[in-house]
Amino acid sequence: MTGSSDLRGRSPDLRARAARLPLSPPGILFAALGVLALALPFLSLAANRIVAGEGVSAFASAGVPTVAVAIACIAAGLALGLVRGAPWMRLGGSLLGLAGLVLLLSQGATTLLDGAGDFARVSPAAGFWCLALALMLLMADALSTMGLGPWRRGGLLVLLLAALAAVLWSGLLGDLSIAQEYRGRIAAFRTATWRHVGLAFGSLAAAAAIGFPLGILCHRRPGLRGSVLPVLSFLQTIPSLAMFGLMIPLLGWVGSTVPGARELGIAGIGFAPAFVALVLYSLLPVVANTVAGLAAAPASALEASRGMGMTAMQRLVRVELPLGMPVILAGLRIVLVQNVGLAVIAGLIGGGGYGTFVFQGLNQTATDLILLGALPTVLMALVSAIVMDILVDLARPTPERSR
Amino acid sequence: MRIGLVLRAAMVALLLALVLRPGWFEPVFAPLAPAGGPVIYTRSSLLSLSLSHLWLVAAASSLATLVAVTLAILVTRPAGAAFRPLSRTITNVGQTFPPVAVLALAVPVLGFGAGPTLVALFLYGLLPIFENAMTGLSTLPPHTMEAARGIGLNNRQRLMRVELPLALPVILAGIRLSVVIALGTATIGSTVAARTLGEVIIAGLLTNNTAFVLQGGLIVGLFAVLIYDALVMLEHRLARRSGRAQRG
Repeated sequence: MTGSSDLRGRSPDLRARAARLPLSPPGILFAALGVLALALPFLSLAANRIVAGEGVSAFASAGVPTVAVAIACIAAGLALGLVRGAPWMRLGGSLLGLAGLVLLLSQGATTLLDGAGDFARVSPAAGFWCLALALMLLMADALSTMGLGPWRRGGLLVLLLAALAAVLWSGLLGDLSIAQEYRGRIAAFRTATWRHVGLAFGSLAAAAAIGFPLGILCHRRPGLRGSVLPVLSFLQTIPSLAMFGLMIPLLGWVGSTVPGARELGIAGIGFAPAFVALVLYSLLPVVANTVAGLAAAPASALEASRGMGMTAMQRLVRVELPLGMPVILAGLRIVLVQNVGLAVIAGLIGGGGYGTFVFQGLNQTATDLILLGALPTVLMALVSAIVMDILVDLARPTPERSR
Repeated sequence: MRIGLVLRAAMVALLLALVLRPGWFEPVFAPLAPAGGPVIYTRSSLLSLSLSHLWLVAAASSLATLVAVTLAILVTRPAGAAFRPLSRTITNVGQTFPPVAVLALAVPVLGFGAGPTLVALFLYGLLPIFENAMTGLSTLPPHTMEAARGIGLNNRQRLMRVELPLALPVILAGIRLSVVIALGTATIGSTVAARTLGEVIIAGLLTNNTAFVLQGGLIVGLFAVLIYDALVMLEHRLARRSGRAQRG
């Protein structure tokens, strides 16, 4: 069902050749990447937080039995990924490989830190990242050929997140340098997380509150559409740092001239300018997709609703909005993913969020501090994208999901 | 149309004046600068910063275009079909990676300076171009392809004379998207010591000098808007020529 269906209808000679080959071509690529990664340093051991570390090979990072088990898991995982046309087996392979990777990372960090001095730091090196990349690509490839429905994808996402949470909570990775950075900043990390969520989701909510009515108005009045959409796409073009920067004098002026604004927390620095900049960036996807979604209602459906004697309001709520929902939600997905990423820049103007760690880390050339800000951001963006994709699928009245 | 032309000319004139004769704007920005502080950014010339900024974007975007279009051609050939679901997943997932995070993650690997910025811009720029090139090359009108085969064009001739020219407007839309993102991300590149216009904004943020922030922000914003606009016009022209409605 995987590769062979893509080849249907092509020359019989090619199909025959492909059928003879029992291996999945992407699987071969991942396995090659994995083997190459084993030749790179797996962990890096540094005398303290700032100095550059020294690479340690995967084979020398822990005791022989541990290394043997872990490498066997990784190799078996990559080998399972080679099998063609068995996506569940390939998914299992990627999970097995990742388990081996976590085992080696956790045991390696503990072993290397043993007797290496009080300030010694162990962090994952190029070999680890390449192996993780190969295994995650394998997982993505297996999942994309499976074509799972929205509910199953949601279930799988919950399981994977639970596994990740279990690994983090168990303290298996507690000896890594990034975990040490985290332990020194638990309170700050929690504040940054809430601030980041507040910026990304709060601006989404505000953009939706402004964008939906504006989109509906634009749908009704083509003249308005012609002037609103170009202005919004103009705003979208302005580089983020410039936009955040320009908000500072603007909101600073509002905060100092409009009575009561300062009490609401509106000032030139901090949360407010970041929030307003994010809302401005979000308006184009929300408004444009609302207009496109409402326009997607087929003429026959509109005709029928008119025939049933629905008012314009009823038509909007019962016909146009439900039919346009997948497109409208797709706009919200774009906004959410974009804002999770852009909220990092708030760290530069004192707006808080994970950007604080990223830019602090860049200033101090502390790699692990950069990672402490960047990895949660990437995770948040990925999870938001997957969840929004699931919602878009659920909103789509497909023949498979007849109600 | 007439108003648009006047507006564009005015924006170009304003941009040139801001970059070449920053001194003219001293009275405008003076109220925004801290008392006694500098009003106009003079630590390095705005022209050289602009050129360095544009060079970074141009280099990264042309490299990304070359690689992304080549990959899209390979994936849309019968031999590359097995990689198609994977490449679609990679573009979907890759675009959820925030550009700033890509930039920050490039630093530990490549150190500070223009290098990591160039790599981050290149990597991030690949995705929209690849996605659009793949869409453009895989949604060609079947009649045209049939006709091309019928008049005896071989695979290579079909690619060069029919498929690529027809897909060009869609590919260009991807390039525009990636150039605009690159212009913005390059601005942030100055936090990792790349010489870009972001330097002016960051200097303003660090010294609470709103005049610098506004100056840098205006120049970067005008560049982005004008380049975006020029690419849109080019796309319209090409789309009209190839008789294909532009998308994205």
